[in-house]
Amino acid sequence: MTKRNISLLLVLVMALSLFAGCAKPAETPGGSAEEPAPAETPAEEPKYSFGMVTDVGGIGDKSFNDSAWAGIERAGKELGVEPKLLQSTKQDDYPPNLGSMAQSVDLTLAVGFLFEDAMKTAADQYADKKFGVIDTVVDKPNVMSVTFKEHEGSFLVGVIAGLTTESNIVGFVGGMDFPVIHKFEVGFVAGVKSANPDAKVIVNYTGAFDNPDKGKEVALTQFQQGADVIFHASGACGIGVIQAADEKDFWAIGVDMDQSAESKKNKVLCSMIKRVDTGTYTVIKAYADDTFKGGAENAIELGLKEEGVGYSDGGNNVPAEVAEVVDKYSDAIIDGTIVVPSTREELESFKPVEIK
Amino acid sequence: MWNIITILFGSTIRSATPLMFTALGGTFSERSGVVNIGLEGMMTIGAFSAVLVSYFTGSPFLGLLGAIVSGAFFGWLLAFLSIHFKANQVVVGTAINILAASLTTFLLVEIWGKPGQTDNVNYFTPWGPFNMFTYLAFILVGVSYFVLYKTPFGLRIRAVGEHPRAADTLGVNVYKVRYICVILSGILGAIGGAALSIGSISLFKEGMIAGKGFIALAAVIFGKWHPVGAALACLFFGLADAIQTVSMSLGLDLPKEFLFALPYILTMMAVSGLVGKSVAPAADGVPYEKGEK
Repeated sequence: MTKRNISLLLVLVMALSLFAGCAKPAETPGGSAEEPAPAETPAEEPKYSFGMVTDVGGIGDKSFNDSAWAGIERAGKELGVEPKLLQSTKQDDYPPNLGSMAQSVDLTLAVGFLFEDAMKTAADQYADKKFGVIDTVVDKPNVMSVTFKEHEGSFLVGVIAGLTTESNIVGFVGGMDFPVIHKFEVGFVAGVKSANPDAKVIVNYTGAFDNPDKGKEVALTQFQQGADVIFHASGACGIGVIQAADEKDFWAIGVDMDQSAESKKNKVLCSMIKRVDTGTYTVIKAYADDTFKGGAENAIELGLKEEGVGYSDGGNNVPAEVAEVVDKYSDAIIDGTIVVPSTREELESFKPVEIK
Repeated sequence: MWNIITILFGSTIRSATPLMFTALGGTFSERSGVVNIGLEGMMTIGAFSAVLVSYFTGSPFLGLLGAIVSGAFFGWLLAFLSIHFKANQVVVGTAINILAASLTTFLLVEIWGKPGQTDNVNYFTPWGPFNMFTYLAFILVGVSYFVLYKTPFGLRIRAVGEHPRAADTLGVNVYKVRYICVILSGILGAIGGAALSIGSISLFKEGMIAGKGFIALAAVIFGKWHPVGAALACLFFGLADAIQTVSMSLGLDLPKEFLFALPYILTMMAVSGLVGKSVAPAADGVPYEKGEK
């Protein structure tokens, strides 16, 4: 076999392997969910039906998707509906998954900035159905959008990181390099600089949300550069970041949910909480109460004030005096004294505010 | 500056470790005349079995053993179909890749009750800067070189890959040698997978192999079907990965898209022969018919 043939075959096989994931059927958790479970009163037809399409991180990422699903399950329990779930293994799955979900339920929820285009198409195609999207704004009458002020929550964990670091070097590990993740980065940097003007922040992106070994590798290189507190906003890559913290004995900061349980040695300093569950729950609630409003002008943005973001300390690692300072920053953000930057441009003009 | 070099060095070795096992496996298989496109699938199944066994027994050592057993089975499957039945080796290899991807996805849901990824399991924590797999990989490179070039068995392997008829005439059992080599490549591929799932991290995630089997295969070609060459090629790919990781944290202003694509671009360049001439074993990919003229 000549080398030319080998290379041709390799290319062919690589191309074919892309299809390997396609054959997978949609999973419905709980097994039975071909039809939504009947509501409490058996005579009635189920009034509501809703489901979620995950992004590539998938259920089990211990962060973003799990949190979104928790909100949907909560709403499902209250309304007596068995929600449906479709997992995406790659970005190309988004449009077909949205379409097949919209065909089977009234309200389709999707979480993730990467859904923006797919959601626009699906909303036009299934104009009689309702959609909910988290983390991006889709300006369609049948799409309700919920975004978060991640920069505000990230600012608070940035303050904690700035007050905790001993090497004056902290790290940020982002997932994909796009605006929503920039909000984490920028808020975090602003927080670190406010609490500790001498500290330096190393910023890295893994280029993925689903690659824990890459997350770990990035965290290890940041650690070798002297970082002793590393905040991640990288979905499932963060599992690797926290594991690196366990091995090398530095602090990791979790994201989206309280991730302290992920560390075997209690090396999660705190977690930046983003109540994605509140987001999905709010949308379903609005749909059930008939207050569902689509379009960009009705988009909801949840910040510190609305308790949509914040931080948690599941491992009891934040000393009381640090927590006190953080509370002061938090109050200052809520009453508008501090306006946390949300883009890299705003960060450049941001003046660190020191509160003792 | 010195600090950057140590960081790059560590990152390179860590990224290259899983590739090195798999590339050694590929070298054995191809040297004996069987193209192993199924390395990706063998890594996948190895990564999964390692986590599975470690999950149920709590022992990463048994996990590694589990990976070896499952890798041997998949190697045997490729050998059985492509040597015994003379099926097209590339088709069988591709089938193994698809089988491994689907089987692990299915079992993941069956066993852990959720799609996507498994729970954390016990794994090989680092000894010093690296985990056990890294040291093992370097030892195996030496062992493979010794076996292939300094032992009668290695001579037989190479003979079978270059000219099976001549080897057969001289009394070498072509089928047996090929069976051994392909099963060995399955085992090494699976260890490569385990090096990721219970070495680099401690869980199995769908799609975590992400083309590393193919990169290892490219390393075999890049390394001219020589164990040391293949290992160096793996280190080179590891370096590409490390540059990508490290340059970003150093704040070098290189376009990220280019950096993310770098390892794959290098792979393509390697495969398309831009890095010097490399000649495959003459009988690579050709099923052997005993007694045929």
